[in-house]
Formats: sequence, C-alpha cells, structure tokens
Amino acid sequence: MKKLSASSVYLLLLLLITAMTPLQSADVLVTFDNPEHSQLYHALLREYRCLKCQNQNLADSNASLAGDLRREIRDQILAGKAKKDIDEYLVARYGEFVLYRPRFNAKTALLWVAPFLLLGIALASLFYMVRQRNRQPDHLPIDVTGNSVETQQAQLEKARRLLEE
Amino acid sequence: MSLFLKLLPLALFLTVAGFLAKGLTLDPSELPSPLVDKPAPQFTVATLPEGGPVFDSSSMAGQVWVLNVWASWCGPCIAEHPYLIELAEQRSVPLVGLNYKDQPADAQQWLARLGNPFTHLLDDRAGDVGLDWGVYGVPETFVIDSRGQVRFKHVGPIDEKSLRGKLIPAIDEVLQGAAS
Repeated sequence: MKKLSASSVYLLLLLLITAMTPLQSADVLVTFDNPEHSQLYHALLREYRCLKCQNQNLADSNASLAGDLRREIRDQILAGKAKKDIDEYLVARYGEFVLYRPRFNAKTALLWVAPFLLLGIALASLFYMVRQRNRQPDHLPIDVTGNSVETQQAQLEKARRLLEE
Repeated sequence: MSLFLKLLPLALFLTVAGFLAKGLTLDPSELPSPLVDKPAPQFTVATLPEGGPVFDSSSMAGQVWVLNVWASWCGPCIAEHPYLIELAEQRSVPLVGLNYKDQPADAQQWLARLGNPFTHLLDDRAGDVGLDWGVYGVPETFVIDSRGQVRFKHVGPIDEKSLRGKLIPAIDEVLQGAAS
C-alpha cells in the first residue's frame, strides 16, 4: 500500500512536470528558406520584450500582440531588413523599453554607466579606507588573551603584590 | 575619516531609496509613448458597418481629433464606455473608434447595447493599424492636433478622474493651440 502511494506520487510529479513544459505558439516554429534569416529571426525574438506581458520576450509570449510582432518581424526579415532597421521599427512604436538591451544614447546613458559608477565609488572608498588604516600608528603589542602586553604586566605585578602580602 | 566619507554611505542610501520610492508610485504597465509629439502614423482602413467608405487618416488633417482603440472582447472597454459617451457630449471633436482585432458583428452588437459615441468606426480586424500606432493594451486613447501630431496618449480605460483630469484638459489645450 505504502509502495503504491509512493509510485502514484511519482506519477503525479511526472504529470505536473509535463504540464509545466512551456508551450510555444505554433508561429514561433516558422521556417525560412535562408538559414541566415532563420538564425536572425530566432535571435531577434529573444532580444525584444513583449509589451503585453513585460517579463517575457517575443519568443516566449503567447499574447496576441507578440504573435503580431513575430509576424511583422518575419515579414521584415524576408524583405531583407537588418537588425538595426527592425530595432528602429520597434523603438519608434514602443520606445527603448522594447529592447532588452537598450541602445546607448542620452536617455539610456545613466542606465549603462551607473553600475560602473557605483563600482568606481566602492573601489575608491575601499582604497581610501585601507590607506587611512595603514597610516595610523601601529597598535600596542597584543598577546593571545587580547590584552595588551602592558596591561598584562600590570596584572602580573598586581598578582605578585597580592601574593607577597 | 573626513565628514564627506562618513556621509557617503548615507547619501548613497538616500539616492537609492529615492529612486525606489519613486518606482513605487509608477505603474510599470504604463509606458511613455514615443509617438507623443511625433507625427501620427498615416493609414487607410475599412469602416463599419461593412461596405462603407474607406477611412483615410489624412482626411482628418486640419482638425483636432481623438482616436480610441477598443474591442468588444475587452473588459475594461465596458467600464470606459460611459466616459467616451460623456466626452462626445462635452467636446465636439471627432471621436474615431478603432475596433481592434474584433469581429464586426460583435462590435456592432456591443455598440448597439452600450451606445455609440464614435463619429467614425474603423475596422482594424487584423490589428495592422494598431501595430503602427504602437498599441499594446486595449483600450488606448490618443489626441491628435490639427497638424497631425500626436499630442496625448492614455493607456488603459478612461475613468472619471482621467477624463476630467487628463483627457479633456489635453483636448482643450490642443484646441486652444489650434485656435491661436
């Protein structure tokens, strides 16, 4: 009985995994006569954001808008357009946001530069702090108990005096 | 350590917190339209009821008009509809309804039931016009000035607040610009 329920759990898990396999809409599987076109098409679909479900790219999205855009991109590729032209087409309609990798321009400069800027600030402050620390006079000698040698000597002196009394 | 370096982490924190706080008040589904203050895309499209004259967007040149993208399958459009009717009563600008990716019969039944505020009813069954206008969420509303420039865009249903607070002021502003 116990064994049976374990195997039915496995079966259920298997079914769940099968159900979770992402469905691809049929039009993603369009074919091109020219392998270069096909390569460009599939690469581009991963570069563009679906505006309807914003955390998916055009290849993943099942939204009808994504289907329309895939059709449009296919048509433009067949018409011999390059990535640059198709970028331009989409940005003119939906803004820079449609590109997962925004182009570098005045509007997106901060977006691109900010990580390096922050890294620079972090490195500069680290450098400064280390240098400050090195400049400070050496600490008094410390023994294993964490007390300075002087404190320890004072304690020894105190103990000796107590013994002598 | 100098005062500047002591305050640097605080300053960085406040900057990041400021951006995040601003982010909380924004709606991520509302994108700035690159069309605003650009020439409106030109198009010709069939009208409804079927068999009517073809609509050419260049025929709207010289006047201020409103383009509303809607569909009978679109839930929020039902909520928006009374405000479009109110708009049609309040401002005498052409209100062009672009019926986006819809069945003509469904669209006409829908309008018969809820009222038809549109001066022109366009049939964009394939969604081609919508694609050119960068429509990504229905309903969407555009205001176009007399020189054919898009001057305002609203994504999502118009409610009382956005009708009085945004759409009508935007139309009035464009109308005044056209008059002067």
